[in-house]
Amino acid sequence: MFLAILAGFLLAFAAPLLYRWLGKWVYVPMALLPFSIFLYLLTLAPAVLGGDNLGELHAWAPSLNINLHFFLDGLSLLFALLITGFGTLIMLYAGGYLKGHPLLGRFYLYLALFMTSMLGLVLAGNIISIFVFWELTSISSYLLIGFGHDKESSRSSALQALLVTGLGGLALMAGLILLGIAGDSYTVSDLLERGDMVTSHTLYLPALVLILLGAFTKSAQFPFHFWLPNAMAAPTPVSAYLHSATMVKAGVYLLARLTPVMGGTDEWQYTLMLVGGITTLLGALLATQHLDLKAILAYTTISALGLLVTMTGIGTAPALEAMVVFLLAHALYKGTLFMVAGNVDHATGTRDLTELTGLSGSMRYTAIAALLAGMSMAGLLPFFGFIGKELLYEASLQESPFRWLLFAVSFFSGMVFVAVAIALGFGIFWRRSTSPTALQHPDKTLLYLPPLLLASTGLIFGLLPGFFVTPLLRRAAEAMLGVEQKFELALWHGFNLVLGLSLLTLALGYVLYRFSNQLLSYAARFNGLYLFGPANLYRLALKGFLAGATKITATVQNGYLRSYIAAIITAHIALVVVSLWKNGPRLEIANRLPELSQLRMYEVVLLLMIVPSLIFLFRSRSRLTSIAIMGIIGYSVALFYILFGAPDVAATQLLIETLTVVIFVLILHKLPAFRYLSHASERYKYVLLSLSFGAMMTYIILIVKQYPLDSQLKAYYGENSYLLGQGRNIVNVILVDFRALDTLGEIVVLAVAAIGIMAMLKLRMQKGDKL
Amino acid sequence: MELILPFLIGILFSASLYLILHRHFFKLILGLILFGLSTNLFLFVIGRLTRGGSAIIGQEEKVATEPFADPVPQALLLTAIVIGFGIQAFAIVLIKRVYQSFGTTDLDDMSTTDQIEDNH
Repeated sequence: MFLAILAGFLLAFAAPLLYRWLGKWVYVPMALLPFSIFLYLLTLAPAVLGGDNLGELHAWAPSLNINLHFFLDGLSLLFALLITGFGTLIMLYAGGYLKGHPLLGRFYLYLALFMTSMLGLVLAGNIISIFVFWELTSISSYLLIGFGHDKESSRSSALQALLVTGLGGLALMAGLILLGIAGDSYTVSDLLERGDMVTSHTLYLPALVLILLGAFTKSAQFPFHFWLPNAMAAPTPVSAYLHSATMVKAGVYLLARLTPVMGGTDEWQYTLMLVGGITTLLGALLATQHLDLKAILAYTTISALGLLVTMTGIGTAPALEAMVVFLLAHALYKGTLFMVAGNVDHATGTRDLTELTGLSGSMRYTAIAALLAGMSMAGLLPFFGFIGKELLYEASLQESPFRWLLFAVSFFSGMVFVAVAIALGFGIFWRRSTSPTALQHPDKTLLYLPPLLLASTGLIFGLLPGFFVTPLLRRAAEAMLGVEQKFELALWHGFNLVLGLSLLTLALGYVLYRFSNQLLSYAARFNGLYLFGPANLYRLALKGFLAGATKITATVQNGYLRSYIAAIITAHIALVVVSLWKNGPRLEIANRLPELSQLRMYEVVLLLMIVPSLIFLFRSRSRLTSIAIMGIIGYSVALFYILFGAPDVAATQLLIETLTVVIFVLILHKLPAFRYLSHASERYKYVLLSLSFGAMMTYIILIVKQYPLDSQLKAYYGENSYLLGQGRNIVNVILVDFRALDTLGEIVVLAVAAIGIMAMLKLRMQKGDKL
Repeated sequence: MELILPFLIGILFSASLYLILHRHFFKLILGLILFGLSTNLFLFVIGRLTRGGSAIIGQEEKVATEPFADPVPQALLLTAIVIGFGIQAFAIVLIKRVYQSFGTTDLDDMSTTDQIEDNH
């Protein structure tokens, strides 16, 4: 499994190169990869279906409990097969859809990156690696939505998707860590057996809230649903793959995965049912208010995701069984319909429902795929969607205080699904029309084959539910429930209440379709409501953030060196004052005053040289005078070094001081007249700051000197510099012998400075050039 | 002297910081040089003062005898002074270069790269 993921990443980054070599045939290797992983997973399937959970462990950062742990049970297998199987078709489809696009190589890179990340997400057996793959899918989704980066709308949609899912991702990380603490393990297989321990832990509630936030943003649940319709800015292969079948189901996968760990509590059940229910209704309602094919599909996807979350929330065996069946059925027909919408868009240049009509003649195969998928979506016999819908109704009608509410939700969405299915699967293709929409180019094999294959899969699964599908879904449900399941899928359940309700749904759905135009006329009335919707909130928040950040940056990073320095110094003073205030030693200066009598004449003379020099320095208006005064101060300090037994330091100081004066005079004679530029108002502030800084430094020295210096270095060098270093000048021996490497570093610094100076002196710039 | 020096160092620090906070590039350099000087003195004083004996071993002896000055701060200072000189030389050339390119030595005129336009 590790190898499969590694191969995926490698191939992803090889895609641009492959495109250069293979041209339009690049889809062959790109489709072969998911296909071979699909086959590989099929070879593992018998073991998993037989009741085993496969694991594979690679140590990554064991000390942090982060491991590349892969874990394959029924649930992961279902998702992994969906990802790779559908992935194969999408890779083919993308080759046809973006044929001749100059950036096709890059597109494949993103797509393969996403596919592999998604595969990693469902196979990961360590909750930290789940998070890593989770974020990778968000990032690759961002890149894919923003693929048409020359369009502003595409960029802002991509950013919106990234911000919303990224925010959820952050919450998820915190939640997963809390979960890891509560369950005392970061390994999924451990956690699966510790459900009671987790749910009774005090951290359960915060962990739950955070994890749900992550899952809801990813799966576009209310109130985070708004990013998904905007994500339709992506090329259609992306919408079909990421935003209907795989990535948006990552949230559902996470909820399903954690059902045995965190599920079963009231908080879990009611939150999921409430949020899922609202999302289902809202998605279905909004789907009837749009004319853009992809927008309609996006809203029905939101509705379907809501249903999946609701079913997960109910959490009973029939509900989870319905969940997995509907998940598979939805992926099959919704993926197909997206590709159909893409084909129509590609061939006719429009996605407007009202402009499209009578396409069955010119786009025969696409039309067949659309019909098959539409019938599955509407829940007709003998399609897989029919089984899904029956189970949904059955599950929502179970004994529960909310049974009628839950049923109403799924019934309403079912009705809308039927209407949408008729419009897309029948309306634009098969309804007789005197003036069919004209095509810009005929249907292509690479474009109609993948949806046709996917739609037929829906039919085959419906006709033969017992073959492979049932055991797989049963194992997936077992992974959520933790106990063995015995359900069998069958197409025909006999004449019962549920069948009657199905028929009623169909009839009402047809009515809805007939009156859809009238419904659409109400759309304008919603515009006022959108002002209070989450999409607008998001817009306002984003604007506010940008304005706030600009303001803060303009204040903090104002470009004036002195305010930076003032801030640093102020913070420094504040820190020292606080720490001295809290537990600092007291200064005892009174009993040290007698020391003053030991002052010698020449020491006083030095003081008398430095302090008046400073005063002159501040009063001087001539540059040359200032330089001379600096020299005086430097020399005075050098004399001071001599007095206290540091002749080498003094010599260096004298030398450097002389050099500085020379350079100053050489370089600066060309500068303009010397002016005072300080603001009068600021001057007092800076005087105060400087004085307090100086006072603080004085205070520090006085405090430090109250305590004896405990250093063995002095004695060590005193004893050894002649014996070990063969030198009598201890300072010299330290510099060139004991710490010779440091001196080498110093030389390097000087050399670098010299190179910099040379560069600046030699650099010739054009007039008006800015650095 | 041990009691006077801390105050002298404080005065030097104050003066240098005040110079650094000026708008004029030339004053900034003066401030930097003075700040380096103050820091060196600060280190030297913190490392204790020894009157008389320097850190040199006499001709007839094999080990240093008290009183001799602590060689460690001195070695540090030597390095600091030299590196400080590197910085000074660089800054002096920089100011010349900046004046040639921008025609100003006013630091406030050089703040554009860091400024964000408010009406963005």
